[in-house]
Amino acid sequence: MSDIIIYIKDREGNKHTLLAPTDMAMNLMEVCKAYELPVKGTCGGMAMCASCQCYMLSDHQLPEMSVEEDAMLAETFYVKENSRLGCQIPITKNLDKLYVELAPEI
Amino acid sequence: MIQTDILIIGAGPTGLFTVFEAGLLKLKTHLIDALPQPGGQCSEIYPKKPIYDIPGFPEILAGDLIKNLLKQIESFEPGFTLGERAETLERLEDDTFIVTTNRGTKHHAPVVVIAGGLGSFEPRKPPIAGIEKYEDKGIAYIIRDPEVYRDKKVVIAGGGDSALDWTIFLASVASEVTLVHRRNEFRGALDSVEKVQELKNLGKINLITPAEITELHGETELTSVTITKNGAAPIQLEVDHFIPLFGLSPKLGPIGNWGLEIEKNAIKVDNSYDYQTNIPGVYAIGDVNTYKGKLKLILSGFHEAAVMCQSAYQRINPGKKYLMKYTTVSGVEGFDGSKKEAKKETVQAIY
Repeated sequence: MSDIIIYIKDREGNKHTLLAPTDMAMNLMEVCKAYELPVKGTCGGMAMCASCQCYMLSDHQLPEMSVEEDAMLAETFYVKENSRLGCQIPITKNLDKLYVELAPEI
Repeated sequence: MIQTDILIIGAGPTGLFTVFEAGLLKLKTHLIDALPQPGGQCSEIYPKKPIYDIPGFPEILAGDLIKNLLKQIESFEPGFTLGERAETLERLEDDTFIVTTNRGTKHHAPVVVIAGGLGSFEPRKPPIAGIEKYEDKGIAYIIRDPEVYRDKKVVIAGGGDSALDWTIFLASVASEVTLVHRRNEFRGALDSVEKVQELKNLGKINLITPAEITELHGETELTSVTITKNGAAPIQLEVDHFIPLFGLSPKLGPIGNWGLEIEKNAIKVDNSYDYQTNIPGVYAIGDVNTYKGKLKLILSGFHEAAVMCQSAYQRINPGKKYLMKYTTVSGVEGFDGSKKEAKKETVQAIY
C-alpha cells in the first residue's frame, strides 16, 4: 500500500482525512484539488500564485523551501511562520499523518 | 465601433489559435485582453518555463509557444484591444453582440468566444481593513499617470520588480517616497535593488523593512497609514498616496455577471457539440470552460477552438455549405493576400 493519510483543516475549521498516493508524483495542492477542497492552484504548481498556501500544524520533516517558494511567500498575504505552498510539498511516505490548515483565500 | 466576425475575449494560446481556425473559414477575428501583451498566462506568469505536452513539440518555452502562435496567425490579421478588460456583453435584437471594455471601447460581432483562461489579471489587494474605501482616494494598485504623484507623499508596499522600479521612478517625482516590504530581501532585478539601496543611502527615499502597512486612516481621502515593523511599536506616517504592488492574480471578473451558467468559477458549455454556453452565439473554450471530463490543458483549448469555429461558421453563414479542409491539401490563404501551400509535384517523362 503506497497511500498515506493527510489531515486538512479547511477554512471553516472542518477536518478532512485524505488518502494520498505516494507513487503518482503528486503534491499537497494536487491532493487537495483531487478531493475538491477549495484550493485553486491557479498557477498549476509553479510557486507563482500562493493560492495553495497552508499552515503546517504537525512537525513533519518537510523539503527545504526553494528560492521561488520563499519569494512568493514574501509577496502574498496572511503569511505565518509555518506557512508553505502546498504545490511545493511532494507526497512522500514520511508525510503520513501530516496535518495542515488551508490559509485564507487571496 | 470595432466590427468583426468572431470576437475573442482572452489572447492566451487558445484565443490566439482561434484566429487561425477562424481564418481557415474566412472569418475575421478581434481579440480583447486585460494584459498589455498577448499570450495570457504563458507570457505573464511563466514565459521561461518549458512545456512538454504540446503535441509535436518535445519541449517548448511558454514564451516561444506564444511567439509561434503569433507567427502562425499573422496572415489572418487579427485585431487587438490590449490592456482593457471586457466589461459588459449586450445582446442586440438581431442576435449579435456588443462587448464594451472598462475603457469604453465597443466591439460588435455575431459571435463572441470567451477564451479567458482563469479570468483577467487584476492587482492583488492586501487584506487591510477598509482598503476599498480609499480606492482612487489615495490608493491605487496600478500607476497610470505618474504626474499624479508630483510633490506628494507616497508610500509603496511590495518587494518585486514593480515596487522597486516605481520607487526609483517616483523618487525624483514625489516629495517623499517610503518603500515598505515584509522582508529585508528584495527579489527584483539586481540593478534595481542596488539603485534602491543607493537612493536609501543618499536619503532620497525611506526604506522600512521588515514591515507591513496594517491600518489606513482618513475621513474620506487617505491621510496616513500605520506601519508595523517586526518587533517594534507601530508608527503612523502621513501620506497622500499608498500604492500596494503585490503582483497580479487572475479573477473571472465581470464575465461572471453576463448571465452565463457558472460552475466552480468556470463557464458551463455543451461539450458534446460545439462549446456553446447557455447564451446562443456565446462560446467558451480553453481553461475558462467546464464540462464533465474537462482537462485544463492547452491542447484541449486548441481542439475546442477548432470545433467552436465550425459552429460559428454555421451561425454566421446559415445554410452555406462548407466541408472542413486539411491545410496539407488546401494550404493557408491569409487575409493579407499571402498563400502558403505545398509545392506542386512535377511529372517529367523520360524518353
